[in-house]
Amino acid sequence: MSVLVLAQHDNSSLDGATRRAVTAGKQLSNSITVLVAGGDCEAVAQQARNIEGVKTVLYADAKCYREHLAENLAKLISELAPDFTHIVAVGSTFGKNVLPRLGALLNVQPISDVVAIESENIFVRPIYAGDLLARIQSEDHIKVLTVRGTAFDEAEKSVSLCALEPLNKVFELGLSELVKRQITLSDCPDLETARVVVSGGKALGSSENFNLVYRLAKKFNGAVGASRAAVDAGFVPNELQIGQTGRMVAPNLYIAVGISGAVQHLAGMKDSKVVVAINKDPDAAIFGVSDYGIVADLFEILPELEAHL
Amino acid sequence: MKILVPVKRVVDYNVKVRPSNDGLDVDLTNAKMAVNPFCEIAVEEAIRIKESRIDCEVVVVSVGPAKASDQLRVALSLGADRAILIETNENLEPLTIAKALHKVFEQESPDLVLLGKQAIDFDNNQTGQILAGLCGLAQGTFCSHIVLSETGTIEVTREVDDGLEVLRLKLPAVLTADLRLNEPRFASLPQMMKAKKKPIAVTLFADLMPMPSARTKVLGISVPPARKPGQMLASVEELVEILKLTAEVIE
Repeated sequence: MSVLVLAQHDNSSLDGATRRAVTAGKQLSNSITVLVAGGDCEAVAQQARNIEGVKTVLYADAKCYREHLAENLAKLISELAPDFTHIVAVGSTFGKNVLPRLGALLNVQPISDVVAIESENIFVRPIYAGDLLARIQSEDHIKVLTVRGTAFDEAEKSVSLCALEPLNKVFELGLSELVKRQITLSDCPDLETARVVVSGGKALGSSENFNLVYRLAKKFNGAVGASRAAVDAGFVPNELQIGQTGRMVAPNLYIAVGISGAVQHLAGMKDSKVVVAINKDPDAAIFGVSDYGIVADLFEILPELEAHL
Repeated sequence: MKILVPVKRVVDYNVKVRPSNDGLDVDLTNAKMAVNPFCEIAVEEAIRIKESRIDCEVVVVSVGPAKASDQLRVALSLGADRAILIETNENLEPLTIAKALHKVFEQESPDLVLLGKQAIDFDNNQTGQILAGLCGLAQGTFCSHIVLSETGTIEVTREVDDGLEVLRLKLPAVLTADLRLNEPRFASLPQMMKAKKKPIAVTLFADLMPMPSARTKVLGISVPPARKPGQMLASVEELVEILKLTAEVIE
C-alpha cells in the first residue's frame, strides 16, 4: 500500500484539509506521499514536510499549476499514479474538481465523500443527502478517493522534516485559464475548523440583519454559516452555504438561527456535537436534530442573548 | 451552435428513502421520480442560451431505464429540441455513464455539454468531470454564471469554497451547473403538448457500446444512527446557561 495525498493550498500556505487527507491516508498505509503542485509555492512544500506520517513531499512548481486548473493537475497526477495504490484528497470544491477527472484518465471509478475507511478497498459514504450510508467495495487497481474533511482530524506536526523531491513535469494543456478570483476576506475562523458555527436562515430577512448572526458568532470566536435560502436571497455570499451541495461542518457547537431544517441543510451539519436551534415555528424540522431548542422570535432573542453572553 | 444536456432520472427531492429489505439497495418502490434538480438547471441554462441566439439546438440525453423518457419529455417541454435515451436497466456508475456520454458526444459533436453538478441520489459529483477527462475537454464545474464569447471561448463563474472564481475555457467544453446558475421555468401547457411531438431516439446501451464491468460493489445500505431527542428550553436564561456550559466544555 502506498498513498498519494493531493495537497490543497493557495501557493503560500497549506490548507488544513491536507492534514485531514493525510489522517485518512494513514488508515490505509504507512507510506504516505504528499503532492504539492502550484506556482511559486515552495513555502507550501516546506509546510507539507512537517506533517506526522508523511514520508515524502513531491513538489511540482510551474506556472501551469498556479491556478490549480483541473485539466493540468489531473494530467500531472495521472503520470505519478502508477506508483501508488490510493490517491486521496479532501472533497472540497478543489478535490471534487480534480479527482473525478483523474478517475477518467486512469479509467478508475472514484469514490466521493468517504466518511469511514474499513479496509484498503471498503469505504463508507453518505448518499441521499446523508439519509443513508453506503458501504462500497472498490475493485479498481488504484483507488481514487475524496474524503469528507469533518470525518478525519488534522494530522499532527512531525518532529522532523520529511524528504522533499522536486518534480520536473510540466503539463500545460492550454484548455483553461484563470480570469479572476473573488475571495471573501473575513475575520471569522474558517467554517471547517471552527469549534462553534452560528448559522442564519431566510428568517433573518436581510444582509443587515445578518449582523446579528455575525455578532453572536463573534462572542464564541465562531464561524458564520447560512442556509441555501439565505444565500439565494443574497443575504450572505455563496461560500457560507452549509448543506448537501455546500460546505460540510461538524463543530462542537452549532447554533441554527431561523433555519427550518430542510434535509439538504441537515446533511451539512448533523454531525455537529451539540446543536442548538432558535426558531419561531415549533414544528420546524431543525428541532428534530437539535440537542436544545427554543421557540422564539430571533429578533427578540438574539439581542437578549448577546447582552447575556 | 449545439448544446448537449445529459439529464438523470432520480427520486423526487421531497421523498424520504429507505434501504431495501435485503439492505443492498435503496427501496424506490412506488417513489415519485423526477428530473434531478441540478440537471433541470442545466436544461434551463441551455434553453436560455438557445433563446439568445439565432441558431442553436439543444439536445438532451439520458442514460437509464425506459422510464427515463418521462424526464426527457419534461426537458423537451421546457424547450429542448430533441432527446436521446441510452436505455439500460442496470444501476450504472458515473464512470460508465460518462463513457456512454462520451460516445454520444462523438456522435453529436456539440459545442457545449451542460450537466448538473451532482445527482441528489448518490451525491457523487463526478459525471461532468469524468466526461471532460474522457473527451479531453476543458471543464468548468459548479457554475453560477456563464458568458459565451464569439471567439470560441466561454467565461464561467464558479462557486468555490472560498468565494468565486472566473475561468475562460476553450470550446467545446463541459460545464456543470450549481444552484444559483438560474431558476428553472415551469413548462406551459402548449409547450407540453408540443413536446409530445418532439422525437426521443432510443438506443439500447449494448448497441451503443459494450457494457463496461462495474468497478464498485455496494456491500450494504443502512440508515445512519439518529440523534437523540433534544430538550426544549423555555427561557433565554436557560439558553444562556446551556450555551455557557457548552462553550466551557469547548474551551
